[in-house]
Formats: sequence, C-alpha cells, structure tokens
Amino acid sequence: MIKNPTFYFNSDLCTGCKTCMIACIDKHNLPVGVMWRRVLEYSGGDWMPLEQGFAHNIFAYYVSLSCNHCENAVCTTACPTQAMHKDGYGIVSVDAKRCVGCRYCEWNCPYGAPQFDEEKKKMTKCDFCKDNLEQGQPPACVAACPCRALDFGEYDDIVTQYGLHESIAPLPRPEFTRPRLICAPNRHSRPQGSTAGMRGALISNPEEV
Amino acid sequence: MEKNHTPEVPEARTQPDHCLTRRAMLKGGAVVLASSLFPFSIEIFNAGPGDEALAAPGTGASTGRGEEKILWNSCNVNCGSRCALRLRVRDGKIVQVETDNTGDDAYGRQQLRACPRGRSMRQRVYAKERIPYPMRRVGKRGEGKFERITWERAFTEIGARLSDTIFKYSNESVYLNYGTGALGSTMGKSWPPAATPVARLMNLLGGYLNMYADYSTCQITIGMPYLYGGSWVDSNSLSDMANSELAVFFGNNPSETRMSGCKAATLQHARFTRNTRTIIIDPRYTDTMVSVGDEWIPIRPGTDTALCAALAHVMITENLVDHPFIDKYTIGYDEDSLPAGTPAGSSYKSYILGKGPDKQAKTPAWAAAITGIPAPRIEKLAREIAGAKPCFICQGWGPQRTTNGENLSRAVGMLAVLTGNVGISGGNTGARENGGYSLPMVDFPTLENPVKTSLSCFNWYQAIDDYTSMTAETAGIQGRDRLIAPIKFIWNYAGNCLTNQHGGINQMHPVLGDESKCETIVVVDTTLTPSARYADYLLPGCTNLEEPDWTTNGDSNIAYVIFDNKAIEPYGESKGIYDICAGVAKAMGIEQEFTEGRTEYQWLEHLYEQSRKNIPELPPTLEAAFKRGVFKKYFPENHIAYKAFRDNPEASPLDTPSGKIEIYSPRLAELAETWKLAPGQKITPLPEWIDSPEGATSPLRKTYPLQLIGHHYKQRTHSTYGNCSWLQEVAPQELWINTLDAAARGIQLGDKVKVFNDRGVSLVRAKVTPRIMPGVVSLPEGAWHTPNTQGEDTNGCVNVLTLLLPTALAKGNPHHSNLVEVTKA
Repeated sequence: MIKNPTFYFNSDLCTGCKTCMIACIDKHNLPVGVMWRRVLEYSGGDWMPLEQGFAHNIFAYYVSLSCNHCENAVCTTACPTQAMHKDGYGIVSVDAKRCVGCRYCEWNCPYGAPQFDEEKKKMTKCDFCKDNLEQGQPPACVAACPCRALDFGEYDDIVTQYGLHESIAPLPRPEFTRPRLICAPNRHSRPQGSTAGMRGALISNPEEV
Repeated sequence: MEKNHTPEVPEARTQPDHCLTRRAMLKGGAVVLASSLFPFSIEIFNAGPGDEALAAPGTGASTGRGEEKILWNSCNVNCGSRCALRLRVRDGKIVQVETDNTGDDAYGRQQLRACPRGRSMRQRVYAKERIPYPMRRVGKRGEGKFERITWERAFTEIGARLSDTIFKYSNESVYLNYGTGALGSTMGKSWPPAATPVARLMNLLGGYLNMYADYSTCQITIGMPYLYGGSWVDSNSLSDMANSELAVFFGNNPSETRMSGCKAATLQHARFTRNTRTIIIDPRYTDTMVSVGDEWIPIRPGTDTALCAALAHVMITENLVDHPFIDKYTIGYDEDSLPAGTPAGSSYKSYILGKGPDKQAKTPAWAAAITGIPAPRIEKLAREIAGAKPCFICQGWGPQRTTNGENLSRAVGMLAVLTGNVGISGGNTGARENGGYSLPMVDFPTLENPVKTSLSCFNWYQAIDDYTSMTAETAGIQGRDRLIAPIKFIWNYAGNCLTNQHGGINQMHPVLGDESKCETIVVVDTTLTPSARYADYLLPGCTNLEEPDWTTNGDSNIAYVIFDNKAIEPYGESKGIYDICAGVAKAMGIEQEFTEGRTEYQWLEHLYEQSRKNIPELPPTLEAAFKRGVFKKYFPENHIAYKAFRDNPEASPLDTPSGKIEIYSPRLAELAETWKLAPGQKITPLPEWIDSPEGATSPLRKTYPLQLIGHHYKQRTHSTYGNCSWLQEVAPQELWINTLDAAARGIQLGDKVKVFNDRGVSLVRAKVTPRIMPGVVSLPEGAWHTPNTQGEDTNGCVNVLTLLLPTALAKGNPHHSNLVEVTKA
C-alpha cells in the first residue's frame, strides 16, 4: 500500500463528462447531494460586438476534484473530536463513531471535499477507494475515466511520472494545505488566482457540484 | 472552494422528491404509477391484489452477504458508442456497475470504458418507471388509463388486430416506427426496424411499410450522396487526422455525442499524436473544443452553407483551388465542365462569384452578415484550409439537422473537393469521421420484406393524417409512385419518437390522439416513456441485462463484440422482443415459421456457430464467450475514403451518373423541376445558401429573436437515461443562454426561464454562459416531456418548440431551425 496517496488529473484531456462522479456515486452508494468527486467548470471571456458578427476571447475547461488527502490536512486540525484524521495509508478519513456532524471540516477545507450526509448527520468523504487499493485495484474514478485524464499513485512516483505543474484556476492556492494533487493544465486554462471566469474566481457550474 | 447551499440551488440537491420517488398506491384494486416529476401518471385498473410488489422494483442495494458474481454486459443505446459493463451481482441484484478493465489499454485495444450514462445502468434497470406487466388502454388514447391483461390475451388481441388491419388496409398500413433504445445488440436490437424480430414477424405476414434515413442524419444521408454518389458518403477514419496539418470540425462534437472511452481514445490519438491543430466551428464552445480544440469560431446555426460559399470565394479569387483535382475528378465547377444542355451561369464558380442568376458574389463580407463571423476571420480561414496539405475537413450531424441541411452537407463537402483533400491520407470528404471497423458477426435473419414502399423516418405522421397526398414528388415516397394506404397499425419498439423525440409535440397530439386515424399502437418498452402514453397495448420489454445477447461496434482501428450475460431475472412479467414476437406469431398460427423451432438462446447458439466461421478466433463456444465478456480485434490500417477513385478514376468511378464528383447535380436539377414542395422550399443543383423561415436572417426574428438548437447532453443518450436521478444531479437540464442575451433579459445563472414560440412553451433553468454565441440558445434534446395543467412543458423538452414540417429533399427533421424568445419565468 502507498503511503502518500496522490491523484493526478490532466485537464487537457478532460471533457467534463462526469463519469468519475457517477462511478464514485455508484460504488459508494452515495445519497443525493453527496459528491465525493466533483467536476468544476471554469469558463469566461468577453464578447465584443462588431459591425458584422463578434470578436471574442472565450475559454472553458474542467477540473475534476475529490479530496486531495493534503499533506497539511486542515480538516483534521479543525475537527473538534478527532473524527477527521489521516489513517495509516495517508488517507484522510472520517471516524463515523466520533463525528458529531459539526461540519467544521467542511468550512475549513478550501476544496469542498468533506460532504455532509443530511440524513445520517455525519460527515462523509472520499476514502481513495481504500478497499480497491488493498486489492491492488485503482480507485473507481481513475478506472472509470473515459478520457484517461485521471491517475493515482505514491506522491513521489506521480511527480516523477508527470512532473510538477503550476496551479490553475479555479483551484485555491496550494500553499494552504499542500494537496496531494498534481493537475496538468488545459490548453485554455488560466493560472491560479485568475478572475477571468464569468463569475470571477468562482466556478461556472455551482449547481452541478 | 465555493460551495453553494443557497435556497435557489436546484431541488435535485436537497429534495429527495426530485429524484422520481416511486409512489405505487393501491386504490381499490387499481394501481397508480406516478412520481413527482414523471410525465404522466398511469392508472392501472384491475391490477389485482398483491401486485404492489411488482410495481416497486428493487433499488439494487443488496443487504444479503451472498456470493458476488461479476458478469459482462453492455450499454447499447444510440450514441454511436457501445460500452462494456462489468456488473457486480449479489443475491440476484446488481449492486455495482464497473467497466472494461482488461489489457493494457494501449490504443487499438483500448478499454471500452463506459460514460456516465452506462455507469448509471443500475438506476435505469431498477427505475421506478419500469413497466411491470402487459396492459391494454381503457381510457381515451393518451389519457393514461390502462388495465392489466395477461400475455396470452395481449398476443391474441394484437394478432387479431394485425390480421384485421392487413385485411382491411393492406400490409402497407403497418408501420415499424423508429426506435433506438436498444442498438447494436443481436436479438434485442430495436434499430434498424428492418433488422428486428418485429420485422421478421411482419415479413412472414406479408410485409410492412418501410422507412429510410434516420432522425440523426436525414439531410446528410439523402443530400450528400448527390455530390459523391452511393447511398452514404464515406469518410476517412478519425485516426487519420493524425496525418493532417489541420483539422476543421463543422459542428462535429464527438466529445459530447460519443462519450465512450473507446471513442475518446481515438479522438485523443487523432489530435495529439502529431499535435494536429484543430478548429471548431460551432454555435457552442463544446466539450470537444475544451478537449481537443485550438480555436473556436462561433457561427449562427444553419449558416455553415454561407460560410463555405465565402471560403470558396476566397479560394477562387486568391487562386487557392486545386485545379488539377477539379479538372480530373469533378463536373460542374465552372461553365466548361457543366453537363450539356445546362443553362449558362449554372456552375459553382458562377454562383460563388455572383455570375449566376442571383448576381450575388459570396464574399466574406456577405457571409459575415449571415454567419456572425467577421470577414477577416473568414478570409484567414480559407487560406488556412487551402494551405494545409492535407486538411481533415469534417462535419457533425447537428448542422445538417436544419431546414436546408441537405445543401449544407454538400457545401462542407465542397471545401474538401476544392482543396483536393478527397481520397488521400490526412484528408477527408467533409463528412463525419468514419464509423470504424466491424466484425462479421451473423445477424438474426429477419427475411425479406415483400413490400418495397418506403417513406422518410420523419414524415410517417402525414401517412396517418393524409396519406393520399403523399407521392414520390410531394413526399419523397420511394418504391411506389404514391402511398396506397394510411398507417393504421404502429409497432413502437424501444423508441420515443411517437412524441418526445419527434418534432412539434403539441402539433402531433391531435394526430396520435385520434383513435379513428391510426387504429392500433403497440408500444414495447422497458420504461414508461412519454411515447408510452399513446399506447393501445403497452408491453413490458426486458432490458439487455435481463436476457443473453451480444453487442458489436468498432472505431478507427478497433472492432469488438461484447457478450451480454443475463445478469438478473427480467423485471415483473417483462420479456425479450423475440419472445414477444414469437407469442404473437403463435397466436396467428405461424409460430414454427417464426421460431424455426428455436428458443432465443438456441438462435444465439446458431448465429454464434455461423459467426465463428467468419471469425475463427472467437472463443470455441458461446458459453466460453459469455465468460470472456469482450472480444476485440486491432486493425492498424486507417480507412481512406474513395482512395480507389483518387488512384484511378477510370477504373474505379464514383457511384454517380457521371462517375465523378458532381458539384452541379443534374439529378437534383431534375428533382427541382419535378418535385412539388411546400411554399418557400427549394431544391438546388448546387449547394446554395437558402435560409430557413426560422433562421439567422429570418424576419421572424423581430418576434422571436433567438435561434434555438438542441445539443446532445451528457445527462442522456437522446431520451434514454432521462429518468436517472444521479445524472439529473450531476448534469441538470438547463437552457444555454449567452451572458449578453441573459443580461438583456435580466436572467441570472440558475433562474427559471420560459422558452417559447407559437408552437409551445418549455420551462427550464438557465445556464448563463459565454460558451454559446449571442443570439443563440440551446436546450439539450431528450428531456422527457412533462406538461403541466396549462400544457406547458416543465422539464426543458425541446420538441415542444421544434418544427413539424419535413425538409425539401430528404423530408427530414429540421430540429435545429427554430426561433424563440426567452423570459424569466
């Protein structure tokens, strides 16, 4: 088993199809409103009417995001009951017995990774498909991706294989939590911190995630 | 990261009711099947006691700890992909759906990974809208009142009605309606109708009225062969784009229309192997633009013909045309190569340069006003296309689904002709990329239809309403001069084109609802679709997960068979289409002729044995094949369309009257003279620009200023999967509207809006986005028609807004030629 589980995501290949989301929902039987993986759309630019037709500088791309099992997992430090913790595999996990449903972890996570189960009143989140890893199988989202935009592995191996990349919008600054996420940019992507999106620095599809 | 928990967030996130909660209630012996968002409730009388269990399919969540099996099956709906599913089955229930995980996933043997639709299969199989048992209509047609009947009674009564219809009105009054809910399989397939068990049954009874073309491609199917000949225009493999200097996609959007892992691997291979620059010309900044596009050129819907004419103008005036190619391989380019007897000024060059009858030079400035693309960009694009040797020019099927889509399909083809890109590696014909290789698996024999009469898949409703007006010249009837009978009996198997996926839903209702017109409608489906409301007999088909079968497909460098295991028992009393047709055959005294003494499984064994003769590498037995699950074959060679013609046009002429590419089509010139068209319609021997009455330059834009299209959407494959809450949650139905148009109407992201024209009203939420051109809105096709008490659709069903009038030449569906207005609801 790996010690620093890391996701790789190549935005250049992603079509925003959301198979990763559905594979996750199906495997984990997630209730409506709980999405351990989410596909963010970031799009923007302006239309300039001309005498005939339009000029434009429109752009759009997607970022598929789950829990990044951060090196500095602020969700765990925010948790008053130690329910949110890093397990022996380096996977950020919730101990449901300890969770009191206060949602502090959710408020602290800059990625929106912890997902509250309204019915059980407990926090839930991506468990990196620990059961799959134990059997030598990839996480459901990685195995599902029709565009081969997702991969996973030990942090150092992923960095060796894919290199380090500058963070892109609408991801938050990585220095906050040091996410175990390597995200390669799209041809059309804008740098982290860009406000060129139609809702500034915010995502374009809030209703879908 | 932003989280949105504000109250205007769609109910899908917070209210379980939105996800189609089943309410099966016993009401004095009657069962009501309904749900909060379901298109209609059906009342089932005399349902009998104890049937509430039948009406409540399982969730797929197994509580037992029984042994888990993994069984192969497929998602075989109508997207052009077919994907492998690996079903985890426990205690007779599917508990999880995985996909192909075999091999090293290298290109050519890539994994057949399913998209979010296929991965939602559990929700489709265990849907609350499954049809539990055979039913017969008791109320008025369309009212939704049914009574439960036995299969025996259904077979007997349907048999009697068939005999009666054939006796009174002839075999040509029986129609097999278009249905693509089960596509690519062998025994269970619903498309083409002529390849289904229903066709075999009808052929044994003397035949049925045929159809030609399909709702996806009517205009290109019928129109484009006038340029290249044959019955379908060929094209290069998409993989061959890797050998191109430039790729230009006219409305081609494989990343949204064919979302499978097989096709995605091909597209990435095509685009990234040699980093082929790719230009996307589309009203929307599509997901294809996101994933492979380098530049987006937004264009007004249906105006590609004008753009192509202006590109030709630049190529001609700047001497960029490949004249040696034109001289050797084409007719009708200039006045010298027109067929004898053609009026002067009829050539393509004359048309483009303004020396034809319209005296209008098709300059970039002329096209800019129509297309919305600035003239300098058109000039540059012409030079880019002509300068790229070779250039992969293709068109998707969206642009041709417009009022003059036949001409549009040829106009795009002309760019490939003018630049000499036909018949060479790295080039293309201007048609959509080639469908790919296929394996010669033997099909179920459906026998020959003694009836040769055929009509377009889209204008069958006229044959219900007024068949006497339908002739070869007025309605494109083939095989006869005119229809000899009205449609009186419809088989509607695994299709939603009775209403939802047809055009003009509100205008269709009086045609379908009148029981004196079409006298019998038999609907066979797994699910209570909006079309099912018009059934006289509503029969439960089983899903492909509930019977054994196999499914075939392929792509640029791969072909494969997926062996579909029977994973679970059929829901309720549902049956496969073979057994249903065998039941009707038995009731009509032709069981032996229909079955030849074989069960469905015995047919599969028989066909498998024959298939093994074609493909000796297949597993030795069908049983072994079902265990193996998927069989793939790698084909390294890219297909090059019309290569033999290019290499030697004398020895391998095209299948046109001249044997050459017919830029000017004498055949169309003749149809233009002889056919009787609807007012304002036109057939032209050249691919001329003619706007739609509801197009970019229409005066009607004063009333309805926005052009409406209906793109393919990741939530559904057409209307299949439209009832699955997971997909509704991750990809909610929404109207794409440009930021400028939204601002002018005070519409914000997520607002509920009303989309309307004279034909109907649809209520839906707005996706305010810069990713669609100003002046254009798009309502993704396939959402299930859900009228409220005022008759307004409440679910974003685009076909309450589309036009029912068939196009001039193909008699096809102009689904993207609509004008509407949008206001805040």
